[in-house]
Amino acid sequence: MKVPRHPMVTQEPLARIRNFAEVALGYSVEFALEEAQRCLQCANPPCVKGCPVGIDIPAFVDLIRKGDFEGSLAKIKETNTLPAICGRVCPQEEQCEVVCVMAKKYQPVAIGRLERFVADWERDRGLSSTPQLAPPTPHKVAVVGSGPAGLACAAELARFGHKVTIFEALHKPGGVLVYGIPEFRLPKAIVRFEIENLTRMGVELRGNFVIGRTATVHELLNGHGYDAVFLGTGAGLPYFLGIPGENYIGVLSANEFLTRVNLMKAYDFPRTDTPVRTGRRVAVVGSGNVAMDCLRTAKRLGAEEVICVYRRTRNESPARREELEHAEEEQIDFRWLSAPLAILGNDEGFVTGMRIQRMELGEPDASGRRRPVPIEGSEYEIAIDTAVIAIGQGPNPLATQSTPGLDLNRHGNIVVNEQTMMTSIPGVFAGGDIVTGAATVILAMGAGKQAALGIQEWLGSLARGEVAKPQPAV
Amino acid sequence: MQRCRGGRHLHTPASRVRAARGAAARDLGGMSVFKVLVKEEIAPKFHRFVVEAPEIARKHRPGQFVMVLPGEEGERIPLTIAASDPHAGTITLVVQEVGKTTMSMGEMAVGEGFVSVVGPLGTPTHIEKFGTVVCVGGGAGIAPMLPIAGGLKKAGNTVLSILGGRTQELVILRDEMAAVSNEIFYTTDDGSFGRKGLVTHALGDLIKERGKPALVVAIGPAIMMKAVAELTRTLEIPTLASLNSIMVDGTGMCGACRITVDGKTKFVCVDGPEFDAHKVDFDLLIKRLRMYLPEEQVARERFMAAHECRATAGVSGG
Repeated sequence: MKVPRHPMVTQEPLARIRNFAEVALGYSVEFALEEAQRCLQCANPPCVKGCPVGIDIPAFVDLIRKGDFEGSLAKIKETNTLPAICGRVCPQEEQCEVVCVMAKKYQPVAIGRLERFVADWERDRGLSSTPQLAPPTPHKVAVVGSGPAGLACAAELARFGHKVTIFEALHKPGGVLVYGIPEFRLPKAIVRFEIENLTRMGVELRGNFVIGRTATVHELLNGHGYDAVFLGTGAGLPYFLGIPGENYIGVLSANEFLTRVNLMKAYDFPRTDTPVRTGRRVAVVGSGNVAMDCLRTAKRLGAEEVICVYRRTRNESPARREELEHAEEEQIDFRWLSAPLAILGNDEGFVTGMRIQRMELGEPDASGRRRPVPIEGSEYEIAIDTAVIAIGQGPNPLATQSTPGLDLNRHGNIVVNEQTMMTSIPGVFAGGDIVTGAATVILAMGAGKQAALGIQEWLGSLARGEVAKPQPAV
Repeated sequence: MQRCRGGRHLHTPASRVRAARGAAARDLGGMSVFKVLVKEEIAPKFHRFVVEAPEIARKHRPGQFVMVLPGEEGERIPLTIAASDPHAGTITLVVQEVGKTTMSMGEMAVGEGFVSVVGPLGTPTHIEKFGTVVCVGGGAGIAPMLPIAGGLKKAGNTVLSILGGRTQELVILRDEMAAVSNEIFYTTDDGSFGRKGLVTHALGDLIKERGKPALVVAIGPAIMMKAVAELTRTLEIPTLASLNSIMVDGTGMCGACRITVDGKTKFVCVDGPEFDAHKVDFDLLIKRLRMYLPEEQVARERFMAAHECRATAGVSGG
């Protein structure tokens, strides 16, 4: 019991800021066996309730303890088809690990690291396991978007025996896992491996296909003959600050910066064709996980000074603690209580600096966090070559605006029945960031899974003739 | 090239399409390849590609574009669709060699494919019967003008076209544009063909002679569209410009293409590519187009060093 939680071995900060290789190196077999011993095997395990997809955590940890890594992974895959990804990017410290009984007196069992361990163990051995599939049904389901919500939904539907096609707008599948999360946090080979598992389950992938442009949702249901559609199009519309100077050259959205580097491999320019330029000094506005990814990416691209500009304090930062700590180790210059007032530029239109106002914390606001208020006369300027705006994303409107009859809320997110995940259009379901606004990989996966159950119910009703597919709107 | 008769498609002999079309788009780890069925040089450093893309061909409307990624390690670039044939399942792209990506496309062979062609993207041109419409196309901008002029003609407009280029051979698609225009005028910088001078000179004179048209559509280099907008602004003639910003995804995700229209930030990829030319901040567009000039130079030189390059003079970046 008193064995301390096993630390994650990481690349040394000074070494890793010069490469894009994964920072966290994973558990050895020895560490995993010992860490699994720490699990109390609670009769009524709180960790399972903390997991958005309800993984039977004590059972998979117990199988690790017994040395049955294959069985352990099979246990996880009963409820989660993407363990190598979730083991890396889930915020376990807010979900399963925070409620771990061990955490009351000692440190929680390293559930995420163990999940990652068994997934990596399989992949390293060139093995792949797919869950048992139900006999094929006559139903066809279209899944729009190949990010976490779409992948989780497709996996469940394939397991029910349905013919599933995933439509992806980009040329590679994975959504935010591929364009957004950097290689050093989630290697692309792992995403590819997990998606290949899906295709082995019979899921068809169609890239370069934009729903709303290449075909509409109503065309999928009618012309293309799908019996149901799941919309998992994510939060793809970058927000900007609305301050002067935001269109200067060298001001990028986090989406643009990360897409250039991750999806288009701009870190390897000119061997690859897509460029990115940081200059010597980079400021990233915002302090969420995406901001951390931008800061650490800028550092790896060779920027000498990388500055985080955030109007609240470290305590209010929405980033995972682990990401914050990694960024701090990598010598990111955090300017807490700093709000950008304007971006400055030269006559050629290039960004040259940022005017910043110091803030202090006042009364709590609607989010429960203390509201930052400006300190009069505290403005100062910093010199920068690049500014990355990482203050969040809204719903991408291409699919929603081309779908008449689809109810949206005032932010443009799709309104769904919270039980079935069905939208205002019968047979059309939605989940993930397009419903909730920007959230986490695992919440999107949970929503995708839940929608698959809703779709399963709808397909049953459809087969019994109790409901009918909607006719195309005029 | 044969002359197109009234349709909105560039003519492609069916036999050539059949010859190049092997199996349907090849599967590449679940992702398809978009096959080049026809490729021809229509002017120095201008290639016309007929590409197999049935879904896009079916949905294409004038004014829309595609994002093209030629190879795995390539760059995604926006190209406006010059024609589409929903029956043959093909789209036509006219590509000018200006940077590494377009130069490498110039070396592709029939039967090879693009890794990615996505679309049709952007908001289609609003087409109705306006009366007389003047279509001003410059350089590579003549290609995207073709389906727009065709659509306007079909809607019953009187289409007067002004096409400009540096030299005669760079005034591309003359026959095709003539087929969808009631009258057509040409300008060249060197006077080798049509009137010597800029398209704005021809436009100014045309308006003096014939009176104000109901609409002007301008597509070409940003500096040309700016000049057209300045001319028509004082005359209060409604004017559309189709903008050519830098894009990464082309679906509203990255914001690389953003510009200022009427003081507000707009995304060319989803809000455009056409805007009221009188409200566009062309100076900002011109600056933003220069963002990656040094990198474009590096990539171009690297490409030229690795390939036996044909004449390289006179190609401007972009």
